[in-house]
Amino acid sequence: MTFSGFKVVKEALTGHKGWRPLWRDPDPKPAYDIVIVGGGGHGLATAFYLAQTFGELKVAVLEKGWLGSGNIGRNTTIIRSNYLLPGNEPFYEFSMKLWENLEQATNFNSMVSQRGIINLIHTDGQRDAYRRRGNAMLLAGADARLLGRDELRQMVPFLNFDNPRFPIKGGLMQARAGTARHDGVVWGYARGADQRGVDIIQNCEVTGFRIEGGAVQGVETSRGYIGAKKVGVAVAGNSSRVMAMAGMRLPIESHALQAFVSEGLKPTIPGVITFGAGHFYVSQSDKGGLVFGGDIDGYNSYAQRGNLPVVEDVIEGGMALMPMIGRARLLRAWGGVMDMSMDGSPIIDRTGIDGLYFNGGWCYGGFKATPASGYAFAHLLATDRPHETATAYRFDRFARGYVIDEKGVGAQPNLH
Amino acid sequence: MLIPHPLLGLRDAQEFTYLGDASLMHRPDPAREDAVAAFADYVFLRDNPAGVHRELWFHEAGDRSWLVVTRDTTTHEILGAELASDVKLGGVQ
Repeated sequence: MTFSGFKVVKEALTGHKGWRPLWRDPDPKPAYDIVIVGGGGHGLATAFYLAQTFGELKVAVLEKGWLGSGNIGRNTTIIRSNYLLPGNEPFYEFSMKLWENLEQATNFNSMVSQRGIINLIHTDGQRDAYRRRGNAMLLAGADARLLGRDELRQMVPFLNFDNPRFPIKGGLMQARAGTARHDGVVWGYARGADQRGVDIIQNCEVTGFRIEGGAVQGVETSRGYIGAKKVGVAVAGNSSRVMAMAGMRLPIESHALQAFVSEGLKPTIPGVITFGAGHFYVSQSDKGGLVFGGDIDGYNSYAQRGNLPVVEDVIEGGMALMPMIGRARLLRAWGGVMDMSMDGSPIIDRTGIDGLYFNGGWCYGGFKATPASGYAFAHLLATDRPHETATAYRFDRFARGYVIDEKGVGAQPNLH
Repeated sequence: MLIPHPLLGLRDAQEFTYLGDASLMHRPDPAREDAVAAFADYVFLRDNPAGVHRELWFHEAGDRSWLVVTRDTTTHEILGAELASDVKLGGVQ
């Protein structure tokens, strides 16, 4: 189905009876060239770019539930490319550029809003670190600007600049960063992929891989066997469970990350503000709710919910940073299951099994990576070579000692 | 979450810090032929099960003992806890 201004007017005048589903609901065919396991943001983006850019025609996406039921519906919708390390920053900047053109590419309103992100600075040492990060961003073609205290105060006067423990001295800003609408992203990619011939098969859980002679032949599913020349797995949160069916152990632990939304308020917060020292970040949705979160709960979990100590920790961070948040009522909270990798960075790579490809380990940074993750995974699936911005995201980087550890905390996933 | 400490009774999980899978107690022998590969697996790879998980918690704000806690990662229900020193004396898992 396509949209136009004329169609909106016509439907408004005729009782909205002409709207149709955005994508088909096909039965699985016996075999495909490429099967993507996981109908989340990354899986659907992969299918979209496979069809749009790489000309792959026989592609299916298998989703065990409904589209948008996983982490693409359980995040805080922030898009940014303010990373430090050479293995990461070009990839996230590529993602940022794809975000900037996403709505033109999919012809769907994903509500991409470049309202900026500010990382707050509290000490001289932190200012040096953020200056270095900003320079790394500029070198990779991203934008970055160091803000002084007075300039910052003009932009966000409601922050507690004179907090005795964490006085605010400035910030690192990326003006091109911002937010997008999570549902709009998944629906846009799903519709775009479907229009280009991709079969999106929901309520179809993969229960096993058929592997013969070290090569994948297809997948066993709750809707029968589906043959495939290549299988790409993009199921972050459940990566270990799915890849265990292919006999693989991964450098990943699953952890719960919580997020929160307040009642709707008038426009208050201009962009995204992160308070790393206090485990708190916040933005405001277009509906007016303050969307905020903090750290992961810190122990292995597949529960899609967290516990109260982290709720308290996040809200304390919010009260320390912007005391006015205490006047807002909390509307809802949720948890997502994160693929926490051993160095805090993702994996997009072949596996030891011919025809089986893996995309995961996104930690709590999967949403912003959605377009580039899909593009790079499609590139790998179609050409058997990693995309130029994703060459560092290999499985063997751990054993070889080439970890991409932005925080420098080592193989301790609950600290990334 | 409340952790049933074998010596101190039920304690708030906030008193503990978390390390990870209890198999981390069984460090490979560095004299093995394949020690480099064995250590890469030991340091980086995890089973990461959905369901019952045996894991190491350190009672940092308590008696500073290491516990092996058995917990369901799909419900957060804690099924038991024992002193890691007892588990280690009990032999290889």
